[in-house]
Amino acid sequence: MKKLLNDPADVVVEALAGMAAAHPDHLRVDLDHKLVLRAGAPVSGKVALVSGGGSGHEPLHGGFVGRGMLDAACAGEVFTSPVPDQILAATTAVDGGAGVLHIVKNYTGDVMNFEMAAEMAAESGVQVEAVVTDDDVAVQDSLYTAGRRGVGVTVLLEKIVGAAAEEGQDLAACADLARRVNAEGRSMGIALTSCTVPAAGKPTFELADDEMEIGIGIHGEPGRSTEKLAPAREVAARLVEPVVSDLSLERGESVIAFVNGMGGTPLLELYLMYGEVAKLLDDAGITVARSLVGNYITSLEMAGCSVTLLRADEEMVRLWDAPVDTPGLRWGG
Amino acid sequence: MADLTAFQSWIAACSESITTHADDLTELDRAIGDADHGSNMRRGLSACAALADQEDFSSIDAYLKKVGMTLVSTVGGASGPLYGTFFLRLAGPLAASEDVGSREFGQALRAGVEGIVARGKAEAGDKTMYDAFSPALEAFESAAGSGAGLAEALQAAADAAAQGRDATEPMVARKGRASYLGERSAGHQDPGATSATLLIEAAAKTLA
Repeated sequence: MKKLLNDPADVVVEALAGMAAAHPDHLRVDLDHKLVLRAGAPVSGKVALVSGGGSGHEPLHGGFVGRGMLDAACAGEVFTSPVPDQILAATTAVDGGAGVLHIVKNYTGDVMNFEMAAEMAAESGVQVEAVVTDDDVAVQDSLYTAGRRGVGVTVLLEKIVGAAAEEGQDLAACADLARRVNAEGRSMGIALTSCTVPAAGKPTFELADDEMEIGIGIHGEPGRSTEKLAPAREVAARLVEPVVSDLSLERGESVIAFVNGMGGTPLLELYLMYGEVAKLLDDAGITVARSLVGNYITSLEMAGCSVTLLRADEEMVRLWDAPVDTPGLRWGG
Repeated sequence: MADLTAFQSWIAACSESITTHADDLTELDRAIGDADHGSNMRRGLSACAALADQEDFSSIDAYLKKVGMTLVSTVGGASGPLYGTFFLRLAGPLAASEDVGSREFGQALRAGVEGIVARGKAEAGDKTMYDAFSPALEAFESAAGSGAGLAEALQAAADAAAQGRDATEPMVARKGRASYLGERSAGHQDPGATSATLLIEAAAKTLA
């Protein structure tokens, strides 16, 4: 293992301390609870958005804390859900009286820990709604799995619902919008390399130089199949087709198209992939209303990418365009 | 019969056993999960083992509740809420006990295992810790029902847990992260069933 670390056991706390040092105007951190909090939170009268999950997906979630996105992010150990105490501390720290929306990626541990925290928050009088993202078409949503994983759509949801909360929509409206975004978004990913959890010290799975892993998640877990590496245009088709088909996207519909890097693939390749994705969508008569390309929901240093398509209505596009000011996403006035 | 000191020895033995096997648990998790089960469980049980020195406990149930809360707060993942719930529920039927025999421990074990089911919604054959806990509970109740003492019933439970653990190897996972692998999860022993067996084996060595 070759990583920039002091002690693997301290990686999360030391990274949070670094974030606080880098972005003093945007956020503050609570190192005891491993929280990233929006500077100035709680914002009185605004619905607060709290997300969180295992570390190793940066900039998700801590990098999306700030005006127009999240109010707090709870950082678990690498690839491990945060615990209820942390989530509860975040929830009470940012509640501005209008309630708190928990944004939870569909992983067994995350769901259980957020559920326990929501029960505790309700006991202390904070109104909590939870929305679970499950957009990964690589996993069949059936009785025989833990359900689809929450991946790329989580980034788009945090942006869009963050804008809705910022403009004063109430908790029920924010929760409805969040569920709508999740329902209209799907993702599919591939890996070119595995990744190494610092505490484990070696790669999570093996992949030969000429192989790719199709249908991966964001935790370095192996995917559904290992195949020979193919040219980018074929890889793009393997990602776009199942997403388009699962969403039943038809000619004339509009999407927000998101090509996400898993952490170890350069932008040069991500833009090349975006070009292939855009061509495929164009051929299918699907309009790209907005796009996003870059490393936003990563899996440590894994090479590879995912494609997320979100069937976007006018309100989603308007909220997408609204100003956002976080370390990870920043645009508008 | 087991008193508070015996329960504290159990938790100490759990911590020791999990620490010894942490790398093995992580290896099992690397195959079908995300390679953190050993390090997460080691962190949690070390925190639990330290409790006896940090605080004076007045009763077995107060101690086990604290163990449960500590696991929920320190383990993370799905294992934290699941093992945390197990110990929290285990405490319930022992509320008035200073010395626990096989009949009471059987009630507690049933409550603990039912807590795991309520939290994780797993069924037999899903390739989870329940596949070790469920046969362990059955074996314990059967042994205790035919007059076995705590030590003997726990040994039966530990043997059944180990068999249940071994039986997870060919299973296709239907819960948790391993379920994302579909058929590829077959051929690997479940890390949760493995750690559960370690905890029950530790009980058989200490609670008597």
